[in-house]
Amino acid sequence: MNQTSDAGSETPGANSRSAIRDPRSAFTEVLRHGDDNLVLAQRLAGWVASAPDLETDIALANIALDHLGVARALLARAGELEGRGRSEDDLAMLRSEREFTNLLLCELPNGDFAQTITRHFLFDAYQLCLWEILSTHPDGTLAGVAAKAIMEARYHFRFSSSWVIRLGDGTGESHRRMATAIGEVWRFVDEMFDDHPDLRTSWGRLVEPVLAEATLEKPSHVSQRRGGRQGLHTEHLGHMLAEMQSVARSYPGSAW
Amino acid sequence: MVMADIGSVVSPMFLVSRVRDPEIPAMSIWDLGIVRSVETDGNRVTVTITPTYSGCPAMDTIRADIAAALAGHGYECEIRTVYSPPWTTDMISPLGRRHLAEVGIAPPGRPDQVLCPRCAARDPRTVSEFGSTACKSLMVCSACREPFDLFKELN
Repeated sequence: MNQTSDAGSETPGANSRSAIRDPRSAFTEVLRHGDDNLVLAQRLAGWVASAPDLETDIALANIALDHLGVARALLARAGELEGRGRSEDDLAMLRSEREFTNLLLCELPNGDFAQTITRHFLFDAYQLCLWEILSTHPDGTLAGVAAKAIMEARYHFRFSSSWVIRLGDGTGESHRRMATAIGEVWRFVDEMFDDHPDLRTSWGRLVEPVLAEATLEKPSHVSQRRGGRQGLHTEHLGHMLAEMQSVARSYPGSAW
Repeated sequence: MVMADIGSVVSPMFLVSRVRDPEIPAMSIWDLGIVRSVETDGNRVTVTITPTYSGCPAMDTIRADIAAALAGHGYECEIRTVYSPPWTTDMISPLGRRHLAEVGIAPPGRPDQVLCPRCAARDPRTVSEFGSTACKSLMVCSACREPFDLFKELN
């Protein structure tokens, strides 16, 4: 995992744009997006060998792999920006729960298939909007990863939105499960837009027509949870990290 | 095959261009379009590559294969990975597209351009946009009913 370097990256501070003038802030920004993708990839990998059918199983694993690839590139870059010699592996495997800066949405347990699909549908739409903005970011690596990831996010969004429609406008049982999942997951939507309030409108334009076609209602007056960006997580993240990090922590420095 | 061998000197570019994609061995990484540059300074070679998909698990093997190909002819190498400009399926060479079709993988194209690699029929059905690897979709031919892989269009 540690062979990747990036010749296309810019030196922190080389650009006059304020977002990168302070390397610490660029570190924080890159780390947040890296953490979102790492935690989501780990969650999604939990479906391997458990999805409703083989094609869906392979699709979820492939999507997890895309998120993991983005996470690796961004965590490696975060390590460079931080300048303390931490590798992508160090950042992924040797930080504690309070040091993770992912959105709460990304760490939600998979629940049933409806809950997983809902989580991804809402997040895929967010990433489609986000990568577009970040593809012109002054940090060359973040911009390059974003420009690449947007092409993959189109496939992700097509997958998750087609499932939202199929389940929402499906049987009584699938509709009931989707309605429950949306009510559950919607509590974590607002946190996505704390860093990028300008994305909310374009996100709504992607999400709302799909919900309408799926005969699902957008919840209103839902009390919102947040705190992931500050390291204040749900009770679920610690358990996930304990499993994800167990090998790296039990056998420090081991390689194979 | 007789290599372009002048004494013991083989061009690093030649060595790198012969490395195969481990997931699609019919195609070289050169035809896949992921080699951005090969720079030689005496004995030292710097190879710059770009991933097809962000999470392509073949990248580690490709790096190792490039290093082994160069080391076999006495070169030391450094392999760099860049993300910008992003790889797209338009970077696959015409020869690479032909090699894909020869091994039964439909080359990337718009849905109305995709032909069954076995019987050349149009309008295959998409079973799943996520297939055996990150870069392929699973299709079924509507004429001969055979399943086949489609190299997903990415751009």
